[in-house]
Amino acid sequence: MSIPASLVKESGINEQSLLRQSSREKRLLLSLATPAVVAIVAVIVIPVGWLFYLSFIGGDGQFSLENYQKMFKYKSYARAFATTFQVSILTTLICILLGYPLAYFLASLPSRLAGLFMLTVLLPFWTSLLVRTYAWLALLQKKGIVNELGLSMGLWDEPIKLVHNMTGTLIGMAHIMLPFLVLPLYSSMRKIDRDLMQAASNLGATPIQAFWRVYFPLSRSGMVAGSLIVFILCLGFYVTPAVLGGGRVIMVATQITAILENQFDWGAASALGVVLLVATLVVLFVATRVFKLDVALFGNK
Amino acid sequence: MQWFNRPVSDTQITQWQRMWLYIVAAIIMLLLVVPSFIVIPMSFSNSQYLEFPPETWSTRWYETYFESAKWMRATITSLKVGFLTMLFATPIGVMAAYALYVSGHRFARAVFAFLVTPMIVPVILIAIGTFYAFGKFGLNNTITGLVLAHTVIAIPLVTIVITSAFRNYDLDQERVARSLGASRIRAFFVITVPQIKFSVATAALLSFLTSFDEVIVSIFVSGGKNATLTKHMFGALRDYIDPTIAAISTIMILVSTILLLITQFFGKKSS
Repeated sequence: MSIPASLVKESGINEQSLLRQSSREKRLLLSLATPAVVAIVAVIVIPVGWLFYLSFIGGDGQFSLENYQKMFKYKSYARAFATTFQVSILTTLICILLGYPLAYFLASLPSRLAGLFMLTVLLPFWTSLLVRTYAWLALLQKKGIVNELGLSMGLWDEPIKLVHNMTGTLIGMAHIMLPFLVLPLYSSMRKIDRDLMQAASNLGATPIQAFWRVYFPLSRSGMVAGSLIVFILCLGFYVTPAVLGGGRVIMVATQITAILENQFDWGAASALGVVLLVATLVVLFVATRVFKLDVALFGNK
Repeated sequence: MQWFNRPVSDTQITQWQRMWLYIVAAIIMLLLVVPSFIVIPMSFSNSQYLEFPPETWSTRWYETYFESAKWMRATITSLKVGFLTMLFATPIGVMAAYALYVSGHRFARAVFAFLVTPMIVPVILIAIGTFYAFGKFGLNNTITGLVLAHTVIAIPLVTIVITSAFRNYDLDQERVARSLGASRIRAFFVITVPQIKFSVATAALLSFLTSFDEVIVSIFVSGGKNATLTKHMFGALRDYIDPTIAAISTIMILVSTILLLITQFFGKKSS
């Protein structure tokens, strides 16, 4: 014998208490994230908030916008931003040019073989950034291997300057960023149903048409996500431009360090940092809107 | 050589027509891997300059490294900080991933977005921010401060790795265990943990490496007798090309290669 439905509906006690219990459990489970949230508040939110406050404090200790006005006053600040965007855009483009064929190649292999070749992408990813920057410094220097090879093969007549300039910076940056593009791109290509390509060729598409009209659009979300990660990482990059740029490629991060080292001007350094953060957030926001990306895409790394 | 004329499985292109792709991919893969490995023979050079191939071989740069009190102290600091970071970031990240994946709370997505902020905020900003804030609390140049900062940088990586492990894992198994009388905690440790342990191990190694390889925050926050290996390396790199760095780099490449192969090996086993 079951309890008449009308009775249960009238009291609704069970339903309510179950609901309450489940929402309590949800809250309890969510609270497991507390240590992570507290740590991030302590190390990111409060310090960055503090810098935000400092950026609005003038030399006399009063509220002022002078730190932000410096960005228009001093050409070096504006130039640092221009260089940052130039390096970031070029690095992202190089990564797409190199990363797309590589990811395409890996995605077309049987998964076991792809896993093996994937090690070549993962190894740099796991190797220290400093080590890789150092390796490029050694390779690209005046008497480095690249120059010696080029000279002995007669590609150029005298050693060319490959490092301590923009060229070296871009080579190093592209090498460091490439895995960040290839990994999400590869995983989005893996998800593409190969039958679609067959269907396209059945319907009379040439291989090139099938690629551009079927495969490429399907791989675009991975490509955009990867490019976005690369671009955002480039915006705040410090080590590689500092070492391979040899003082000729001043990005915002380098500029911030220089201000702190030489002038102890926390206000100006903070203002630059805040503008960098805002630029990053704007790029992220616009890109996610335009390409209808999910923040969770970052989880595909 | 019939293979060349065979069609690539699902399109009309033959392998031969696709040869350019294989060549391009091979070159890119070489470019990805070779630069790091070229440091290895260089580290055995007898010369003060970086030569390739070295004219005479020696282990003098390894001797310099192992006999230098400065480098040894920095190495120990880096290892200690990396280990402590791993010890803190792994459980904190696993807890967060579990909370966000299982709770189904309406704020879970927002909290996840918050947890990845350390990856979005430019690291230079984290570096000068912590440097400033730590200065107020006397945490600069201490192991505590450095571990704190590195833990926060590692938390999103752990959370992401573990979340994706949960995606491939059927959480109903935990429900079954609980319906058979296990508590939630017991069900998690007895049923879930053994099945995601390889992801947990990967996340732990990744958080160790993140800390061990971290440069920018270390440059600002670490110093004195607690300066990290990367801080000293960066200083040496910016000023002159010291072959000792090649020796240290070789050791670091060896370590990351071994760690990577371990995760690959376990990854294969688990799948």
